[in-house]
Amino acid sequence: MPESTLVEAVNLALARAMRDDPNVIVLGEDVGVNGGVFRATVGLQQRFGTERVIDTPLSELLISGACVGMAAQGLKPVGEIQFMGFLYPCIDQLVNHASRLRRRTQGRLSCPMVLRAPHGAGIRAPEHHSEATEAMLAHIPGLRVVMPSSPERAYGLLLAAIRDPDPVVFLEPTRIYRAAKGPVEDNGEALPLDVAFVLRQGRDLTLISWGAMVREALAAAEQLAADGIAAEVIDLATLKPYDEETVLNSVSKTGRCVIVHEAARTGGFGGEIAALVAERALLSLLAPIARVTGYDTIIPLPRLEQHYMPSVGRIVAAARKVYQFG
Amino acid sequence: MAETLAGEDGFPVVARFHVSRRAYLAPDGTGLRRLPSFAFDSALLVSFFRAMVLARAFDLKAVSLQRTGRLGTYAAALGQEAVGIGIASAMREEDVLLPSYRDNAALLWRGVKMEEILLYWGGDERGNRSSGPAHDFPYCIPVGSQAPHAAGVAYAFKFRKEPRVAVCLFGDGATSKGDVWEAMNFAGVHKLPLVFVANNNQWAISVPLKLQTASETLAQKAIAAGFAGEQVDGNDVIAVRAAAEEAIAAARGGKGPRLIEAITYRLGDHTTADDAGRYRPPEEVQRRWKEEPIARLRAYLVSQRAWGKAEEEQLARECQERIDAAVERYLTMEPRAPETMFDHLYAELPKFYAPQRDELKGGTHA
Repeated sequence: MPESTLVEAVNLALARAMRDDPNVIVLGEDVGVNGGVFRATVGLQQRFGTERVIDTPLSELLISGACVGMAAQGLKPVGEIQFMGFLYPCIDQLVNHASRLRRRTQGRLSCPMVLRAPHGAGIRAPEHHSEATEAMLAHIPGLRVVMPSSPERAYGLLLAAIRDPDPVVFLEPTRIYRAAKGPVEDNGEALPLDVAFVLRQGRDLTLISWGAMVREALAAAEQLAADGIAAEVIDLATLKPYDEETVLNSVSKTGRCVIVHEAARTGGFGGEIAALVAERALLSLLAPIARVTGYDTIIPLPRLEQHYMPSVGRIVAAARKVYQFG
Repeated sequence: MAETLAGEDGFPVVARFHVSRRAYLAPDGTGLRRLPSFAFDSALLVSFFRAMVLARAFDLKAVSLQRTGRLGTYAAALGQEAVGIGIASAMREEDVLLPSYRDNAALLWRGVKMEEILLYWGGDERGNRSSGPAHDFPYCIPVGSQAPHAAGVAYAFKFRKEPRVAVCLFGDGATSKGDVWEAMNFAGVHKLPLVFVANNNQWAISVPLKLQTASETLAQKAIAAGFAGEQVDGNDVIAVRAAAEEAIAAARGGKGPRLIEAITYRLGDHTTADDAGRYRPPEEVQRRWKEEPIARLRAYLVSQRAWGKAEEEQLARECQERIDAAVERYLTMEPRAPETMFDHLYAELPKFYAPQRDELKGGTHA
């Protein structure tokens, strides 16, 4: 099977979706002639034309709002926001419109749009280019929030997001756009949304993560295995609505839960999972839940960003502590 | 386009523009100039008049329902009926309206039922399912945020080569928001079949136009986006309709967007939750009552012998009957079961939400 990087897998999925469905429109800043600042849309405009791959004005609010209008008309717009730090002008459109158009019209109109944005730190980018604020999006009822952690899942989940009849925010982990390489078969097959992926089986401890941090979680599991600790690794993949069952089944089996995310701790999505486990699997727990997260400070500029993001070492240390509890 | 004429500073002038204001009827209903051809169809003008009277009577009834605790907060369009009717009457069924919360008159003309409007403002989303054209947008509450939707809708029309037009209504306050600018800018770049209508009623809640913008007109904001803007007397339904007809025809014909600034006045409070007496002098409102659109059109129709006392009395009775019947249907509509708040959240409710819905329903939480 051919190997692709994560960003190439995104490109393959976009091209496949556009080929399969003439209603799919890609729009964003520099997505056309330039092929996107991360090259996610490279070649699409040459192949599908300027009407379907739109170089928009520098206008994030417009990108998200035009997606709502197009989607209400039955098109399948896929908007690109260049960095998550520039997504905030779209929040009004996501909260007030995209997520609720179906409900506020009682199904008369709907909003099958995808808004893609790179997520997270670790590429030595300028200020505002390293945001990990997925939790505020996951708070919004009516939205789907999806984050792949490998090329294969980027391909399959993006196809699913585009085909989904409701709005999806699709966050792509910038740090592994090129660092993650893996087999991707361009067969047009989507992966399921709202489903977590168990990437590694283990009986002693559950590591739950999403996006780029899944790689660190897997590396930590490898180190823990050397100590004889068998960690199960779950890629949550869809944050809203998320797969409670897979989380609860795993924690019920292992009795130990460590949640890893790059975003700041307080109000982070890890708190939601910890609450779920506390509410529904408390008596299975053999140790307190642990969170390994970014710190509650502004993500620092590149000189210090490596110290901000959870490292394999921090995850292993937290996991050992949980494992050795009591 | 570059001009060779030198400006006062000796440098070449590279852009010039003008904004005109269209008006046909003076406030007293006398003609100011030759009317556009549609206005010679007195049956059409009478239909505008009837729709404006109905819209006003409906608004008054809605306010009284709110005052007596039978309706939620309501935004009446008192004095601005000509804008809604003039614009909506120029649209085709298959065009798409993207209204703001005050555009009740336009919605009524588009076929939305009075009980649906009441149902929405009475706190029930079923009002937005509406009997109007299936693709019309519901009221937009966050000011101006429907303008980017209009750009997306119009893009879809252009993309599919459908001869349809999106019409986006918003107020003077909305023109201060980036939303409206970003939508106009995109519409200009892509020559979208989109007509923007700024209902300039002079007040954004308590903020008067002079604190909203230093721009001489709102219409000229279109010029920076590369298309024409014009002012119309928004209390002259003939002027509004004429401007809308031209703009919509141009948009349909591939000539791109236009902006119509309809100059009118909010004779009432912002909403039933507002008291305009706190921030604007009653003399100003009194003066503006002399310019309102219904008396103006009535005077013109009477002068043309197209309308009279008997018709007026009959219309008042008809409006009353229709409104009473709609109010009755609204008031007797049962609220839905609480768990319906999860209906239409997604095309199919993900199983994640089922326990919460079941809890609400009185079932057991998993």
